[in-house]
Amino acid sequence: MRLLALLFCLVALPVHAEEVVADLSQNHISITTDFHGSEILIFGAVKRETPIETDAPLQVLVTVEGPSEPLTVRRKDRRFGIWVNTDAARVDSAPSFYAIATSAPWKEVITEGEDLRYHISIPRAIRSLGALVTDREAFTEALIRIRKAEDLYQTNIGAVEFDEQTLFSTSVQLPANLHEGDYRARFFLTRDGKVLDVHETYIDVRKVGLERFLFNLSREQPLVYGIMSLAIAIAAGWLASAAFRLFRT
Amino acid sequence: MHVYLPIAEVSVNAFLLLGLGGMVGVLSGMFGVGGGFLMTPLLFFIGIPPAVAVATEANQIVASSFSGVLAHLKRRTVDLKMGTVLLIGGLIGAALGVQLFNTLKAMGQVDLLVKLSYVVFLGIIGALMFVESLNAIRKTRGGRAVPKRRKHGLVHKLPMKMKFRTSGLYISVIPPVLVGVFVGILAAIMGVGGGFIMVPAMIYLLGMPTKVVVGTSLFQIIFVTGFTTLLHATTNYTVDIVLAVLLLVGGVIGAQFGTMIGAKLKAEQLRILLAIMVLAVCGKLALDLLLQPTELYSLGAAGGH
Repeated sequence: MRLLALLFCLVALPVHAEEVVADLSQNHISITTDFHGSEILIFGAVKRETPIETDAPLQVLVTVEGPSEPLTVRRKDRRFGIWVNTDAARVDSAPSFYAIATSAPWKEVITEGEDLRYHISIPRAIRSLGALVTDREAFTEALIRIRKAEDLYQTNIGAVEFDEQTLFSTSVQLPANLHEGDYRARFFLTRDGKVLDVHETYIDVRKVGLERFLFNLSREQPLVYGIMSLAIAIAAGWLASAAFRLFRT
Repeated sequence: MHVYLPIAEVSVNAFLLLGLGGMVGVLSGMFGVGGGFLMTPLLFFIGIPPAVAVATEANQIVASSFSGVLAHLKRRTVDLKMGTVLLIGGLIGAALGVQLFNTLKAMGQVDLLVKLSYVVFLGIIGALMFVESLNAIRKTRGGRAVPKRRKHGLVHKLPMKMKFRTSGLYISVIPPVLVGVFVGILAAIMGVGGGFIMVPAMIYLLGMPTKVVVGTSLFQIIFVTGFTTLLHATTNYTVDIVLAVLLLVGGVIGAQFGTMIGAKLKAEQLRILLAIMVLAVCGKLALDLLLQPTELYSLGAAGGH
């Protein structure tokens, strides 16, 4: 019997002893004209072949990340009595949206080394190599501060509900000022700060209908879009005044 | 009810936009001004990116001036020849202005350029208007008539003279072209029609009769702002049609009410009110530049440094 158990362990060891499986309430988000944010429900479970062996609790960490883009962060300074942008730092890649939810305080969920390896925390998710200024930290901090104020960056410590070391759930609030693209959701299963398993899935955020048509036209056929804008605006202005005149008489 | 603006990529309350359009429309109907100089800073305050605000406002001005031009053409109060000369200058100015706008945008100084232009021009125009209408009120109270002078300045000495029959002028084309260039640059940078600069310039600098001034300036404005809209749409992709239509519908209806209110007030009172309003907007923008902002840092698209 003991031999059998040992044999079983040996077979099970090379593969993940504990795996994370997860899903989202929606994989497509449509940005329509009346879009004003959306909530994504995230739920999942830990799949295991053997019973839990250690006392150290499992932890879950969820990140949702929007498409990354290069940015310029500028700082104002007083020149000739007025406040003017003076210094600038280029950020090579910063996610347009980034949310983290954990099942416990940060230190208990993940170690510094694992964070560095998987680019999990917000400062690690931002890459700025070729910055032009000496105090690069201040610019990165400012970027995070500004985006946090707009709810584009969120850190929700303890927001993942984790039951019986098996079932977990959380939700992520997507704000109204969302950019389109493929949003990546990552699920980390950790113990003692070490990552045991990672699962990834994507959320497709797209403008649809009129929004999609206007945006595409403005990028692909800017001249046609410009002429159309003028025509529509003139027609709308004329109609509004005609309607008003009709209303008054 | 929130609407997601496809180009600005922000979600804004539709009634707020209709209301803003309506409010500026009332004022523009009352005072007979385009209102671009009020609308663009208000759009900054509600969080529309400045580049989108400026480009979209140009689009809106074309539409709101359109019916005005038709009315003036019907009444034959448009000097088409002078309008065309001003327009040629305006198109050159708009092209230069958009170029300047894009260069400074890459340098991260476009906000400063737009705000400084507003502070300088609103400050000058507001102060002049305030002093002039105060004097006018004092004079009408004193019962003395304002002496009328006919200027014979630089406009008559320069070469390339041309006859403008509708205005009854025989002057060099250089000053009107320069006025046009200047207004074109302002239209591109500030998202305004530029009537507030052009009308005084036409009366005091070119000596045009007052009855053709408004129609001719509107004629120039719709083409210059139309051209500016197309330039912004093709180089910056910053014209938001949904935003423009919402502002416009509010604006057109507001303007009708404004005209009714304006008819009940005296011209001098109207002008002094307008002057106070212009100075208030100027003061708000000046404070933004002078006081230390709460957030010293700002984010911009990559490119340049």
